[in-house]
Amino acid sequence: MNLNQQNCEVCPVHNAGNLKRLGIDMKNFDFVVALAGNPNTGKSTVFNNLTGLKQHTGNWPGKTVTRAEGGFEYGNSKYKLVDLPGTYSLLSTSTDEEVARDFILFGQPDVTIIVADATRLERNLNLVLQILEITDRAILCLNLMDEAERHKIKIDDRMLSKDLGIPVIPTIARYNKGMSELLYSIDEIVTGKYVCKPHRIKSKSRELNFAVEKIGKKILEEFPALPNVNWVALRLLEGDQSIIDSIRNGDLGKIYSVGQKKLELESAV
Amino acid sequence: MNNQDTNREAILSTANNLRWEVGENFHDTLMESIYENASAITKRAVTLPTKKETVSWEKKIDRILTSRYFGFPIMFLILGVVFWLTIEGANVPSGMLASLLVDTVHPALKSVAAAIGLPFWLDGVLIDGAYLAMAWVISVMLPPMAIFFPLFTLLEDFGYLPRVSFNMDSLYRRVGAHGKQALTMAMGFGCNAAGIIATRVIDSPRERLIAIITNNFSLCNGRWPTQILIATIFIGAAVPAYLAGIVSAAAVVFIAVLGIVFSLIVSWGLSKSVLKGEASAFSLELPPYRPPRILQTLYTSLIDRTIFVLWRAIVFAIPAGVVIWLVGNITIDGETIANLFINWVNPFAFILGLNGVIILAYIIAIPANEIVIPTVLMLTVMSLGLTDVGAGSGVMFELDSVTATQDILIAGGWTLLTAINLMLFSLLHNPCSTTIFTIYKETKSVKWTLIATFLPIVMGLIVTFFVTQIWRLIVQN
Repeated sequence: MNLNQQNCEVCPVHNAGNLKRLGIDMKNFDFVVALAGNPNTGKSTVFNNLTGLKQHTGNWPGKTVTRAEGGFEYGNSKYKLVDLPGTYSLLSTSTDEEVARDFILFGQPDVTIIVADATRLERNLNLVLQILEITDRAILCLNLMDEAERHKIKIDDRMLSKDLGIPVIPTIARYNKGMSELLYSIDEIVTGKYVCKPHRIKSKSRELNFAVEKIGKKILEEFPALPNVNWVALRLLEGDQSIIDSIRNGDLGKIYSVGQKKLELESAV
Repeated sequence: MNNQDTNREAILSTANNLRWEVGENFHDTLMESIYENASAITKRAVTLPTKKETVSWEKKIDRILTSRYFGFPIMFLILGVVFWLTIEGANVPSGMLASLLVDTVHPALKSVAAAIGLPFWLDGVLIDGAYLAMAWVISVMLPPMAIFFPLFTLLEDFGYLPRVSFNMDSLYRRVGAHGKQALTMAMGFGCNAAGIIATRVIDSPRERLIAIITNNFSLCNGRWPTQILIATIFIGAAVPAYLAGIVSAAAVVFIAVLGIVFSLIVSWGLSKSVLKGEASAFSLELPPYRPPRILQTLYTSLIDRTIFVLWRAIVFAIPAGVVIWLVGNITIDGETIANLFINWVNPFAFILGLNGVIILAYIIAIPANEIVIPTVLMLTVMSLGLTDVGAGSGVMFELDSVTATQDILIAGGWTLLTAINLMLFSLLHNPCSTTIFTIYKETKSVKWTLIATFLPIVMGLIVTFFVTQIWRLIVQN
């Protein structure tokens, strides 16, 4: 009997029953979860599924232009969920891309869910890889699996998860499928049960690798807690003004020390 | 502190020096690495189907829907079918709602008011003004909306609207606007305020302003019912009965397309004068066709759109009903305020092929376009002093059929010309108050808000003027 109960509790399906959609109630949240991804992959649908809100969804690229926020409760923790505008990359300078990038970088979400279109995985991975350069706590939500099936595309999600170093959850958000697995995975990451080892981009250019390494060392001397030195180094090489500013005024260090403190607190508990 | 600063500057100078070493094209090198990594990972995880087996039907559909020759005709045809279904389907439920809300509930309310001894002015303002305005809006607006919005949402979910944008995109670029304006224009067909917020996807401020100013030329939710009703009554009546539905649907499509044409002309004018500049490049991704979830679409379009728009119409109709009752009952030197105004503007309205009633209705209906038609009808009856229809002076009445509406308007001196001009003026006039406020919030500029507000009115006046003069020259001689 006891054993049975335990089995139930570790089963993600059982835990889906614990999802409490809080709508716009985001008071006293414990964790922040960001939703990122290419345009028109179903971010808003996932958002609505988890928060119970009714963000208008549509078969449109670029439907979400502003940040939407909502709350949900799962496994005794309260979460704030932030729906970011869809982008193809984080390397250009248009406003919607900056909104997404700055939030992942400066807003310090505890988990970033990257929603990807399973039928267009390769192009979606370009963004996934860029996000993994910035943050090391992410989940790939492989959405639109029904369409992939319809197009006879087969995806080995375990292999993908191994290569990317993050959990990969196949979903069909429109039909609310895979949401309990997604929630379970979020919980595993924030509680530290799953530790991501995100893939980092390997370049063939020796000069570039050398330059990144050299700048990276310098940055680490000043900001030892920084988890994404290589990415910051690349941005400096590109002359990204907001990153240059955040180094000058020390904001870069502050962000991570706050993140660090939170981790320390958690481990103390 | 100082030491810290030097450390930080050292990071930056190292980066500056190395930037020269890695060479200019390192951004490309980086992108290449990302693509290579992504492709390698994909290869390990994804098994694609053997070629030609699937996908091709989507490509085939796209080739037809976005074809150079068939793209536009198909677009007109699809829109036409949607309007035809709306026009044919809305008449009967409209009449049923009217007989319930107006013929049954209204007299009941009146007798209750009489029983508890309400003073005549309170009874007039509340029941003949506010309640009847609301009843009218529900019975006229609800049936077409309940048919039109789900159909429109189905098109959207299926993925057709981005194809419309794809067809339009090159036209917008040719007039010096951003291709994405085609997208925001299509969103404006739902609601202009939403379309204006959607212009945030346009990066260049110049092109974004053009998109904001011209969004009003997309017929919105509030104006579709006006177009549909007037087209049914006057355009449909001008042809044999079996053609009526098709011809009135075609007339509505024509007005919608005319709106697109005006948005192109105005975009061109702006980008060649005050907002000069080159169109910037962008890529528009055609989303895959997704089988729409019919039940969910019905549900959400009913909740998100139909009820939302209806609620908005009711909220604005109630105070408007009060205003109408007041201007129809307060008199100066024995003449009601409404009549004084109508007679005063009539000569001017005549030049435009409209009438004083329509002008007054548009002023009362500035808060929401949805209530233009109810206001027009009520004012017409009142100014004619028709007592056999409706409940008398200053009362928004309901008509149990489209023919009855037609009788009123014809009695009010309406002709086919008045109808055409009303349809044109409904397309070309100031945005509603919500949209004006949204324009201000998005542009943060009083100047551009005023331009976006008054430009369409000026155009409306010019267009109706010329249509009227030409009509009188050709048709009436």
